[in-house]
Amino acid sequence: MSKPKLVVVGNGMAGMRTVEELLKLAPDLYDITVFGEEPHPNYNRILLSPVLAGEQTLEGIVLNPRDWYAGHGIDLHTGSPVVKIDRRQRQVETTDGARSGYDRLLLATGSRPFILPIPGADLEGVLGFRDIADVEAMIAAAARHRQAVVIGGGLLGLEAANGLKLRGMEVSVVHIGPWLMERQLDEPAARLLQQSLEARGLKFLLQRQTEALVGGESGRVCAVRFRDGGEIPADLVVMAVGIRPNTALAESAGLHCNRGIVVNDTLQTVTDPRIYAVGECASHRGVAYGLVAPLFEQARVAANHLAEFGIGRYTGSMTSTKLKVTGIDLFSAGNFMGGEGCEEIVFQDAGLGSYKKLVLKDNRLVGSVLYGDTLDGAWYFELMRDGTDVSAYRDRLMFGRQHLGDSGHGDEKSRVMSLPDSAEICGCNGVCKGAIVAAIRAKKLFTLDEVRAHTKASSSCGSCTGLVETLLAATAGGDYSTAPSRKPMCGCTGHTHDEVRAAIVANGLKSMPEAMRFLDWKTPDGCPKCRPALNYYLLCAWPGEYQDDAQSRFINERAHGNIQKDGSFSVVPRIWGGVVTPRELHAIANVAEKFGVPEMKITGGQRIDLFGVKKADLPAVWHDLSAAGFVSGHAYGKALRTVKTCVGSQWCRFGTQDSTGLGVKLEQATWGSWMPHKFKMAVSGCPRNCAEATIKDLGVVCVESGYELHVGGNGGIKVRVTDLLCHVKTEAEVIEYANAFIQLYREEAHYLERTAPWVERVGLAHIKARVVEDADNRRALAERFRRSQESAQIDPWKARADGAEQHEFIPLAELV
Amino acid sequence: MNALHDGWLDIGRITDIPRQGARVIAAPGGNIAVFRTVDDEVFALADRCPHRGGPLSQGIVHGRRVACPLHDWKIGLDTGHAVAPDEGCAARYPVRVDNGLVRLRLTPDEGCPST
Ligand code: SRM
Ligand SMILES: Cc1cc2nc3c(=O)[nH]c(=O)nc-3n(C[C@H](O)[C@H](O)[C@H](O)COP(=O)(O)OP(=O)(O)OC[C@H]3O[C@@H](n4cnc5c(N)ncnc54)[C@H](O)[C@@H]3O)c2cc1C
Ligand code: SF4
Ligand code: FES
Repeated sequence: MSKPKLVVVGNGMAGMRTVEELLKLAPDLYDITVFGEEPHPNYNRILLSPVLAGEQTLEGIVLNPRDWYAGHGIDLHTGSPVVKIDRRQRQVETTDGARSGYDRLLLATGSRPFILPIPGADLEGVLGFRDIADVEAMIAAAARHRQAVVIGGGLLGLEAANGLKLRGMEVSVVHIGPWLMERQLDEPAARLLQQSLEARGLKFLLQRQTEALVGGESGRVCAVRFRDGGEIPADLVVMAVGIRPNTALAESAGLHCNRGIVVNDTLQTVTDPRIYAVGECASHRGVAYGLVAPLFEQARVAANHLAEFGIGRYTGSMTSTKLKVTGIDLFSAGNFMGGEGCEEIVFQDAGLGSYKKLVLKDNRLVGSVLYGDTLDGAWYFELMRDGTDVSAYRDRLMFGRQHLGDSGHGDEKSRVMSLPDSAEICGCNGVCKGAIVAAIRAKKLFTLDEVRAHTKASSSCGSCTGLVETLLAATAGGDYSTAPSRKPMCGCTGHTHDEVRAAIVANGLKSMPEAMRFLDWKTPDGCPKCRPALNYYLLCAWPGEYQDDAQSRFINERAHGNIQKDGSFSVVPRIWGGVVTPRELHAIANVAEKFGVPEMKITGGQRIDLFGVKKADLPAVWHDLSAAGFVSGHAYGKALRTVKTCVGSQWCRFGTQDSTGLGVKLEQATWGSWMPHKFKMAVSGCPRNCAEATIKDLGVVCVESGYELHVGGNGGIKVRVTDLLCHVKTEAEVIEYANAFIQLYREEAHYLERTAPWVERVGLAHIKARVVEDADNRRALAERFRRSQESAQIDPWKARADGAEQHEFIPLAELV
Repeated sequence: MNALHDGWLDIGRITDIPRQGARVIAAPGGNIAVFRTVDDEVFALADRCPHRGGPLSQGIVHGRRVACPLHDWKIGLDTGHAVAPDEGCAARYPVRVDNGLVRLRLTPDEGCPST
């Protein structure tokens, strides 16, 4: 049976990205034919600027070499523009009259530089800055001529000017606006930029309107004339005054265009659903994008639809800009000019050449311009994209993420680009800077996920993610795909965590197959990312009712111990609040002796860890522990871990309350509860805080007048100090507030999101509004928590010691 | 344990292995993991991850793959090979299901240098 035919018009970044995504999803669905006007295979257009500047070679920027097309059975026609689409017969026609039939057609024709309609615009020596041919012509001109004029002081114009200067030309930039890059920068930032470009020898003529280009005797351009009468010499003119979506072909085929080919949320043209458009030629919800990150998102959705999964939707993107002029750091995103209802935070240090502006609206970041120090650009962008409430740390926002207590890798980050190749970036997997950069170059990686897959960097604890992103940005080009506007849960679905959680509750989905079917999962039974998450979401939504799916839990939670590097397990019995009796210590010691436990250790969580227990011995070990009154410590689970306590008023001369007793009560109320991630508490008897309550998910600091409740702390990879939630007077209140806070976290956080990032994402104000200010809601949350605890507080160890899940612990057959 | 002709050993019922799960066979040459997919396909691999020897039987089974519990490499159950870009393989053992009985041979298939 012959396959349906997919024809792609436009062999550029968006078109080929769509084909790549399609091949990943449905490698054999279509016979694919690609027509490209340029004589080259697909290359990274972004990197034309570094090529012009002599920092990259043309060979080095090819993304899909010809053998890639051949290897995927793609019929590639280069130097072969499509000039006609016959929608009735479903054929496209090229300049030489050849026709090719399609079942689906993908238009990815990009855009063309806008050439000012002035006299002389067609002279020799007048160029746009769009493709390899333009760059080759500029390089050739630089070898023979001296005077270059770039018309347009935007991103492209400045990158062209910088490149030509580096190639030895005298360069003037003519700009009609009052300052450079007015679409990305405010005036102070633009002035700093202009100064540093002037220091490199570029000249600027602002607020000048070009009237004509003057030709010399040879027929080549020789000067630029302005409306005010002035004239400057020029033997190369680069027009970089804007781009226009390339819609001529689509228009001639009767497809509705309005500053771009108009498409819907699945990137199908509104006129003809067999025809798709992606990239700069497409107009989605009134916007035609001019940067690759949104185009790549479009590509993913279009591929998803072409592959007949049909669940992806493109809903628009937020974009950010960086200037690719080596040595100049500039970042801009969102509404950086502010306006009604907006507030601005500005930092300026002329001496350092540094300028930062943050625009806030309703306590959310909506725009930013950074000049000089752009390290936090990615973080600001994330805050903008997620609409995070920043009121809790607004006073520190300007100073960057490091100042939020992110002590993780703060310092390295600023040095990352100057690090030697041998510097270790990912401590978990031992990956060096050189290896990451080499992989990004050699394998043409664009996204963090791709870098993770190919190098393993940032794929474990994630603390080096910022460093890897910095490397990616610097190596792959100005704008790699850092920022999908919405992050799907995993590759098995286009839905986000929030969407999945909401769908489970709203549609009464009560099992994993049901949820996967309802939400159009792309894989038959999910993956190790989504299955544990779905299992948790279902468990949280339907306590007591949902049947836990052991096969969708990571081994630690399935076997109720931590797997060790040699395949054995560790056993950590719960020790309420860290308080022990001699009898209990004897019991643990007896177990250790009886089962030949190779090592015991006092943990950082005030309890005792038995290491190296053989899997088959676990039920028997648990039997003995359970007989002595112990229950599981859940040291292996996304669950309540420990409640650390200090001695408190029982013994300590400073103690204000019974912190030990309160810790035990808290632990007894909350143990057994499954959570989005692990959850730790502590109770300190006074502000000396010996139990380290202010780096816990929930910490209680006792004071004379009662109890301070602190939330969102983390002592792990990224240290974060808690935020003060409120002050309460009685132990009963502590327990009620704690239950309510835990339940809110259980119901709202994404799977594998600890309270620290969750609090930062949703904002402390959100939590206070639900837990502190609204007493009814607090009681309702606490009540839901108590109800879910009824089915959760069944000791999994005792159950297994009594024979549950036996198959987990014994071999199917012993042949030795 | 019944040794049948041709070296096929009768190791238990398919229902003894959880769907999307695995059981271990303790064998003279080291543990063998026998997997059962969501579609009741059965595969057998050496219970040693090609990365650092993690017990594959303890991983999450999804589609025709298992994710190693130690560092999350994905291993193809049908091929024994690590999913790219990771490289390496776990030896495959012949396994089949007759009338609900799982039968295994202790000589691995060719193609994966045993370690
Ligand atoms: C045993 C213990 C170390 C010790 O010998 O003291 C320990 C051992 C492990 N920790 Fe921990 N952590 C232990 C206290 C801590 C603490 C200190 C504390 O709880 O007061 C922290 C920092 C506090 C915090 O979490 O905010 C800590 C932060 C981590 C992290 C980083 C978490 C983060 O959000 O940044 C991980 C990785 C993870 O969870 O993904 C981790 C992961 C692990 C794992 C589970 C690694 C793994 O996946 O195999 C280790 C299991 C060892 C084993 O086989 O049992 N461990 N770990 C401590 C057990 C406490 C207990 O009684 O339950
Ligand atoms: C110098 C430069 C620097 C840039 N820097 C950045 C940056 O730092 N960050 C960023 O995000 N973006 C940057 N961009 C923009 C980015 O390159 C574009 O957004 C992206 O390439 C657009 O992809 P596309 O597939 O829509 O168009 P293109 O990549 O232009 O591909 C369209 C292709 O279709 C071909 N074509 C057109 N009509 C036909 C036809 N009728 N038949 C056959 N083929 C046809 C064209 O020849 C072209 O090859 C830069 C662009 C340039 C020029
Ligand atoms: S116990 Fe914690 S800190 Fe120590 S090696 Fe394991 S994960 Fe790392
Ligand atoms: S041992 Fe299997 S992934 Fe490392």
